[in-house]
Amino acid sequence: MPRTMAEKILAKAAGIEEIDAGKIVMANVDLAMTHDLTGPLSVAAFKKIGENEVWDPEKIVVIFDHQVPADSLEAAQNHLIMRKFVKEQGIKNFYDVGEGVCHQVLPEKGHVVPGEVVVGTDSHTCTHGALGAFATGIGSTDMAMVFATGKLWFKVPETLKFEINGKLATNVCSKDVILNIIGQVSVDGASYQACEFGGETVSDMSVSDRMVLCNMAIEMGGKTGLVEPDEKVIKYVESRSNKNYQVFTSDEDAESLTTLHVDVTDLEPQIACPHNVDNVKPVSDVEGTPLDQIFLGSCTNGRLDDMRVAAEILKGKEVSPRVRMLVIPASREVYRNALEEGLMNIFVDAGALVCNPCCGPCLGGHVGLLGPGEVSLSTSNRNFQGRQGSPEAEVYLSSAAVAAASAIKGKITDPR
Amino acid sequence: MDKIIKGKVWKFGDDVDTDIIIPGRYLVLTGEKELAAYVMEGCDPEFSKKVEKGDIIVAGKNFGCGSSREHAPLAIKGAGVAAVVAESFARIFYRNSINIGLLLIESKDIAGRILEGDEIEIDMDNGTLKDLNSSEEFEIKPLPDFMLSIMEEGGLISYLRNHLAEIKAQ
Repeated sequence: MPRTMAEKILAKAAGIEEIDAGKIVMANVDLAMTHDLTGPLSVAAFKKIGENEVWDPEKIVVIFDHQVPADSLEAAQNHLIMRKFVKEQGIKNFYDVGEGVCHQVLPEKGHVVPGEVVVGTDSHTCTHGALGAFATGIGSTDMAMVFATGKLWFKVPETLKFEINGKLATNVCSKDVILNIIGQVSVDGASYQACEFGGETVSDMSVSDRMVLCNMAIEMGGKTGLVEPDEKVIKYVESRSNKNYQVFTSDEDAESLTTLHVDVTDLEPQIACPHNVDNVKPVSDVEGTPLDQIFLGSCTNGRLDDMRVAAEILKGKEVSPRVRMLVIPASREVYRNALEEGLMNIFVDAGALVCNPCCGPCLGGHVGLLGPGEVSLSTSNRNFQGRQGSPEAEVYLSSAAVAAASAIKGKITDPR
Repeated sequence: MDKIIKGKVWKFGDDVDTDIIIPGRYLVLTGEKELAAYVMEGCDPEFSKKVEKGDIIVAGKNFGCGSSREHAPLAIKGAGVAAVVAESFARIFYRNSINIGLLLIESKDIAGRILEGDEIEIDMDNGTLKDLNSSEEFEIKPLPDFMLSIMEEGGLISYLRNHLAEIKAQ
């Protein structure tokens, strides 16, 4: 029978021929990722099961990214819990405070390959579907089950496919595409579904731009984001991983597949306004909104492509004295490459503050918190009330291009 | 798991996200009692002082959207909330809640018809929810059997302790 990518990958992981969307399967997990913030609860839950050893230390990756370096005694304590766990379980794939954001480090270090089931105790684990893996965020107790058994139950999702066509204008980015889509379908419009992205616009995108699309599938309730692996993905994966992989694609006539067509030809840069990700407006509607902080970074837009786009706009310019701009590369590799390309000089000369690779202000628990009444423009993925600090602060979401142009003016600005 | 749950209602709207339930700056905490001190701080900083053991949260659609942080259902459970009733739940929050033994009830069209402070009674066996102030009765969507057994066995950890060998052998 014709099937979707999601159905095919989950059937393989469950060791069965075929599976219908809506059914519950017990699947074998190929890769399990946890980080410094949700890891300690996962470890505590694992210990309560009464098992002494994890199912397979080779398939577990631990990455510190949310509070790095530790900014409080509690964070330091959490780091100690995770370092001890890594040591006692013989987990070799451990990236301590210096490596970067989990959803950048995981693919960069070759852990993600097409056709595998990836789970992570972070809702943005759906990012990895950009490489053709079935990747989804889970909670800490589910992770404890994975640690103990290597298995987890999944409800096989239906698939909502976005067929995206049209050429994006200069300084209109994949972030604008996904914000536009979320604005159309709403924050729960893809609940429990796999969100697949295809069409000529997606084919033209770099792997990192596709990660932006998949990263934000969760912001419309999606269980995972997916893009069919093509030559670009295979090249990316083969240059970083020596794992075997299997490419799955969706059959067009699969029963559980619904296709929505999106034309991005005349798309304007998009802004998600406070306090919901689906409160999306074209930049022209909110142009001129005064800002206090600008954040370029996160698992959504902290990659080299984003650094390049922003540096191109900021080159020879200065960040407005009315605002502070935080630039946080998503990983050590992104940081080093940006240094080598001279991008960091541009940011520092412009007056931006460059921080070590980490999640930054995105989660409102580490650096760059907002005070009451402050307004932030952020390239991250959530603008919930209180997300980046005070509940009385406001967060707008945009692409790296809008962030850079807005930094120069100190207010929301169209980068075109 | 109790078959009849009766409690006083606290009302919330649509799309209550996990940052509202427990803001990011408290995620360094791991105990449910510690987390409970900040529950719902994102929209009502006084909530943790007002809520009492056995109370029930009633909300609109997409409750618990956002992060995979298990701190969110833990904070609600730690505050003594007996159940969360909503028109729909976000996926990861739903799993996390059942896994830690926080009862979630899905019921259509309740948000506009149950008022804050009302007393409601949930009958798990009959699959009904009754507002004792208005006497209005609502149907509840049954939990899938698999999730009901996790709930009845006290959450995923106890479930795993009871069934570990068979799951490993699957």
